[in-house]
Amino acid sequence: MKLENLTFRGGVGVPHYKELTEGLPIEKAKEPAIVYIPLHQHTGAPCEPIVKVGDSVKVGQKIGQSSAFVSAPVHSSVSGVVKSITEMPTPTGQKVKCVVIESDGKDELHESVKPKGSLESLTQKEILEIIKEAGITGMGGAGFPTHVKLSPPPEKKIDTILINGAECEPYLTADHRVMVEYPEKIVFGLKAIMKAVGVNRGIIGIEKNKPDAILAIREAAKSEPNIEVATLKVKYPQGDEKRLINAILGREVPSGGLPMDVGAVVCNVSSTKAIADAILEGKPLYERVVTVTGHGIKEPKNLMVKIGTPFKDLIEQCGGFTGTPGKIIAGGPMMGISQYSIDVPIIKGSNGILVLTEKEAKPEKVNPCIKCGKCLEVCPVKLQPLYLAGYAMKKNFDKAEEYHALDCVECGSCSYICPAKRPLVESIRLAKREIIAKRKSKR
Amino acid sequence: MEGKAVDTSKAYKVALENELLVTSSPHIRSNESVQRIMLDVVIALVPAIIGSVYFFGINALKLILISVASSVFFEALIQKAFKRQITINDFSAVITGILLAFNLPASAPWWLPIMGSAFAIIVVKQLFGGLGSNFMNPALAGRAMLLTSWPAHMSTFTGTRPDVVATATPLAIMKYGMASDGAASATVEAVTSASSSQGAALPELWDMFIGNIPGAIGETSALLLLIGALYLIVRHVIDWKIPVFYIGTTFIMLVILGVDAELLPYHMLGGGLILGAFFMATDYASSPVTPIGRIIFGIGAGILTALIRVKGGYPEGVSYSILLMNVATPLIEKFTQPRVFGGAK
Repeated sequence: MKLENLTFRGGVGVPHYKELTEGLPIEKAKEPAIVYIPLHQHTGAPCEPIVKVGDSVKVGQKIGQSSAFVSAPVHSSVSGVVKSITEMPTPTGQKVKCVVIESDGKDELHESVKPKGSLESLTQKEILEIIKEAGITGMGGAGFPTHVKLSPPPEKKIDTILINGAECEPYLTADHRVMVEYPEKIVFGLKAIMKAVGVNRGIIGIEKNKPDAILAIREAAKSEPNIEVATLKVKYPQGDEKRLINAILGREVPSGGLPMDVGAVVCNVSSTKAIADAILEGKPLYERVVTVTGHGIKEPKNLMVKIGTPFKDLIEQCGGFTGTPGKIIAGGPMMGISQYSIDVPIIKGSNGILVLTEKEAKPEKVNPCIKCGKCLEVCPVKLQPLYLAGYAMKKNFDKAEEYHALDCVECGSCSYICPAKRPLVESIRLAKREIIAKRKSKR
Repeated sequence: MEGKAVDTSKAYKVALENELLVTSSPHIRSNESVQRIMLDVVIALVPAIIGSVYFFGINALKLILISVASSVFFEALIQKAFKRQITINDFSAVITGILLAFNLPASAPWWLPIMGSAFAIIVVKQLFGGLGSNFMNPALAGRAMLLTSWPAHMSTFTGTRPDVVATATPLAIMKYGMASDGAASATVEAVTSASSSQGAALPELWDMFIGNIPGAIGETSALLLLIGALYLIVRHVIDWKIPVFYIGTTFIMLVILGVDAELLPYHMLGGGLILGAFFMATDYASSPVTPIGRIIFGIGAGILTALIRVKGGYPEGVSYSILLMNVATPLIEKFTQPRVFGGAK
């Protein structure tokens, strides 16, 4: 079967705005003077610091870890001295304990950063351990620790690894540039994942608006009989992992379930490249590609950024703002989180900084629902956002639960399409929090 | 925080001096708007408006203008009285005005659309919460009220030619012109001969298609209405499901009820079926939002229309079918909720 032009049901066509940065090669960001490295950048248990104020650290040195399985260690991205360990706001909106390190500018590597050997010489267990120790997490969104994803319980039979190169969020081109510039690493990373999970089928899914990436990956994978490239129709939210599985494999992850329930494991392209770096160079995840973009930025760029670099450093490097910024968003415009400060640091999950102009950010007037039903058409989960949001706004959370609020993936397609500009996903999000809180308190 | 105190960078100052907007995602919105959707419907009705003036003369234009003006006036008036925001710029009252006028005979007195729009806008639309909350199509409810209150004014139809003063619509000819045989055994010849003795005959099909026939001013031209309907479907304003299942079911039901094949085209083109199916049954607020619900709505309206026409007391039946399906809409939605992705099959 040819994996061409695949897609899922529902979804919405959003303007891309990718032309701002899609053709720009990744540049190395300026060495930050100070980095703020959060000890909790992932889903799961936060790390405890293993360095003290005044300690000297080097690039790639582990500075925080946790004994919990669902967690990922953090590493220093600079060589220098630990100035403080303090609570700070991060792009996720939470306050998190951060290790503040002043760089000495020498960029010295820690002795632990060395090649781990060839894929053939490493066992399944060793690969998983390398991934865990490198602190690799999902770099496309939720930040789920990768080694956990790659260790499904034995009763879940996995047959396919999917690499998510959809990058369906408008504006963002970080994954796109990684695919164009490091295709061999992605193929290597995929092979490592396939070995770690014990699977011999790997598919890299890429939206068709990235023909250069499709070409590059196909070229890099041409001598790999077990690896295929699947091209996907350009439609939001193709990059949602359940949409990706549905488009490529035609399988439906059950409500409340995980990809492994249908025999698949999905991994983001940037995380896959990070796995290759961890094995080939022994490099833990301390830097990533970030797209700094938007019409509110003078010179949009794709930057290779050290984790912990404050947003403001990167905004400066991109020429600053074009005028008064209206909104500054960590991530893309559909699911990104708007920031109230530019002091927050880049974390493992930061794929972009988007600056909207004052005009673009101006909120639109909300009108009453006209029941046009467009939100039902675009919902990839087949929810009824108009009624769900209606119940949420009336604080009738039991009814919202009945209407499957918890199945909402918060992609925002409903709010995007709504002609009355109603806060649909925003209300559903509220209902989800309330329902989950209620379930927890019952327990 | 250490870095903050010493920071004097330009970027920092800009962000500090101006408060950043912080909201929940998404941060971009489509160009869709309520106003644009309603404007599209108005645009789609323009060919039929022009046609109505061409076929029925200046009185048709007068009725349309009075109807639109009074609909907009009543909307503003009641919103002012209720101290609500005045929303006449969303064009929805304009649509109600046009559709109401479309249901009137060209000979209707000038005050008839004023009565109808007062009922449609004040009672059916605004008292139930305004745009999006009306439980029935306001224009159709207005028409039903007028038909019950002033049946003579509402069912005296003028022909399209100035020399014809009063005549019967094709569906009335089919219904009453063959009362002795009953619809089931009616044939074109029977109808033509039976009615020609009374001075009324079925028109040419081509005249029916372009609208050169007696009837309510906006319902007669299938051609011009279909042009508008196509525009609405292409612009993604209406879903094809309701009109297609509605008209399709009406056709099938008429066949099942034994209507002669040669009379079927008259049923399809006449009696406001095209106007009703594409412009009235698709009213957002009073039709289901669920995909299967829309299909059921169309099928239900089709069955009712055919039953009313063949077995009931009215020659047409589109209005009452849609109104009945309107009130069944909440129930239909309740039983046609889509299966959630990954949910139980």
